[in-house]
Amino acid sequence: MSDFLRIEGLEASIDDNGSPKPILKGIDLVIPAGEVHAIMGPNGSGKSTLSYVLAGREDYEVTGGSVSFKGQDLLAMEPEERAAAGVFLAFQAPVELPGVNNANFLRTAVNAVRRARGEEEYDAVQFLKAARTKAKALSMPEDLLKRNVNVGFSGGEKKRNEVLQMAMLNPSLAILDETDSGLDIDALRIVAEGVNALRSPSFSALVITHHQRLLDYLVPDKVHVMARGRILRTGGPELAHQLEAEGYASFLAEAA
Amino acid sequence: MPAVAETLNTVETLTQSSYKWGFETAIEMDLAPKGLNEDTIRLISARKEEPEWLLAWRLKAFATWQKMEPPRWARVGDHPPIDFQDAHYYAAPKKKPGPKSLDEVDPELLAMYEKLGIPLKERAILAGVEGAEGEAGESDRPQVAVDAVFDSVSVATTFRSTLAKAGVIFCPISEAVREHPDLVRQYLGTVVPASDNFYAALNSAVFTDGSFVFIPKGVRCPMELSTYFRINARNTGQFERTLIIAEDGASVSYLEGCTAPMRDENQLHAAVVELIAMDDASIKYSTVQNWYPGDSEGRGGIYNFVTKRGACRGARSKISWTQVETGSSITWKYPSCILQGEGSVGEFYSVAVTNNHQQADTGTKMIHIGRDTRSTIVAKTISAGQSDSTYRGLVRMLPKASNARNHTQCDSLLIGDRCGAHTVPYIENRNMTAKIEHEATTSKISEDQLFYCRSRGLSEEDAVGLIVNGFCKDVLKELPMEFAVEAQKLLQVSLEGSVG
Repeated sequence: MSDFLRIEGLEASIDDNGSPKPILKGIDLVIPAGEVHAIMGPNGSGKSTLSYVLAGREDYEVTGGSVSFKGQDLLAMEPEERAAAGVFLAFQAPVELPGVNNANFLRTAVNAVRRARGEEEYDAVQFLKAARTKAKALSMPEDLLKRNVNVGFSGGEKKRNEVLQMAMLNPSLAILDETDSGLDIDALRIVAEGVNALRSPSFSALVITHHQRLLDYLVPDKVHVMARGRILRTGGPELAHQLEAEGYASFLAEAA
Repeated sequence: MPAVAETLNTVETLTQSSYKWGFETAIEMDLAPKGLNEDTIRLISARKEEPEWLLAWRLKAFATWQKMEPPRWARVGDHPPIDFQDAHYYAAPKKKPGPKSLDEVDPELLAMYEKLGIPLKERAILAGVEGAEGEAGESDRPQVAVDAVFDSVSVATTFRSTLAKAGVIFCPISEAVREHPDLVRQYLGTVVPASDNFYAALNSAVFTDGSFVFIPKGVRCPMELSTYFRINARNTGQFERTLIIAEDGASVSYLEGCTAPMRDENQLHAAVVELIAMDDASIKYSTVQNWYPGDSEGRGGIYNFVTKRGACRGARSKISWTQVETGSSITWKYPSCILQGEGSVGEFYSVAVTNNHQQADTGTKMIHIGRDTRSTIVAKTISAGQSDSTYRGLVRMLPKASNARNHTQCDSLLIGDRCGAHTVPYIENRNMTAKIEHEATTSKISEDQLFYCRSRGLSEEDAVGLIVNGFCKDVLKELPMEFAVEAQKLLQVSLEGSVG
């Protein structure tokens, strides 16, 4: 299980008015099972692109490299197949679905994934019980389940809703794309605890963040510094502290 | 059994059951000759043993129709002109040749039946396969349309006695003409006059069946007239005529249509529905329309040119239209309310879905005549494929409509980049105290929304279904409960293959 997630030479570009604009320029990254890795880096370094490519967003064209997840070719899978296989992306900007009840959405998603994994689907009672318990653990007001998906949610509520979805979908690889942005310190702790609760030898996470603060609560096994579409440096948790103190300038100079 | 004998047997089964229910009186092997003229109308009237006044009414409508031109103002593109002389206007039901077996039926139609969970036997009936009804009849009785749960005959009988006890008249309009001629004569054509428009005039001249509902004073109809009607829905014809009257303080909820797509050899459907609500009466009329829309190239679909109108004649009366329109290749339909009584209320809730090459021009008219009248319009339009959908609505405040109010909400949802959605509101106000509000939005199902749903494990089609049902929620919640669930499923099935 040492190569739970193995990214090799991953290159991806986005269509920029008809011509491809490279964003990821050869990413190498291995996350063993049970580990939490953080990716830090300045804006525009390709962090969110990496998370989207791993989750299967079609706007990006993979131009090189490979990604294997639990021995499977992740890049060959549809987004919903990746979800069933255990990949979960917590969105930086969760999407609003007007008129779609949050609990209904969550139940539809959970049962789609359970069905694909060969598990029994939740009935309405089982589902509500599980969702309420987990929502409570995240200090989410219960009416959030009754409202429409992310519509009229505050920034903090949207992020907590992402973590609730994660807890219910029970992924083996969670990718958190700046889940800490826009959160106050209490919300940050609650979200980190939500992720920590999932930590196990069969759960890994890739945490994308700008700030070291989240990593105080969600202590990573490894920290990667990413800039200009590449991973420049990999280290332990202390690397995050060094970044916080010194900024990205020295790393960028090194890369140039 | 040899094929001929089987067919004969089928026809016999059919005619007997039809006779039993009185939808047809003189079922023979006869067919009116092709073409439309006074003789045809005399034949229809004679076959139905109609009184002289009705024949005269039909003939007058026919004379009016001959001077009229088909309307061309709807935004439904070009369709080949309809040859009104190349059709039979009177025929015993289901006598035209259909596919010989399910193998000859459009596979996409069959796939849709499967997705809607319709039993195999009923799929054949719905698709018009020859002999299918006889086969089904051995076990289920031929008149079962969709609702396999019920044995239609016993259920219908029970319903009839329940209704009769309450004093409710609910029967085929041809039977009402015989049994309750004064009522029919008093109200027929008073909401939609024969001269109203081209297709209404045609319908008035040649209508052959439809429903008649009369709810006497103070009676709340003891059951939704939906279940009953759905069982009998197969008997609806090409020129259906429906008349519903609610006397003072009476109320009724009526549902027509079914979620299973119905194949029909008649390309043109031109129904007329008239509703009349007296003081404090309320009528709720819900429609799920899913006529065959044609294949993915748009060939062979139904033209649905319908006139539906309700008159709120009494004070504080209420008429509410709810429609889910997913079928037909061309839909042309404007269920309307004439708000005459003081404080009367008109409502129109609509979901219109077009996919592939379908075209829909639909909306409503709210004519405010009396003071303190109120109307609400919620129209949701969903276009996919290469389809075109138009909301066309009129709100008219007449001089005496003091303090009248209207609120209109029109939302369009586009799927893909080859479809169109259009909103054409007409607003006329001749009373300074009246208030009219109109809100409209147009949006697309975004890639962001689809990806978000898929990243949570939903298939693309489930994601579209979820988003579309969310978009339509305000309308679907107006439907009777059991139908709302089916309608949700229908919306999703109608839009399959529309993304990506």
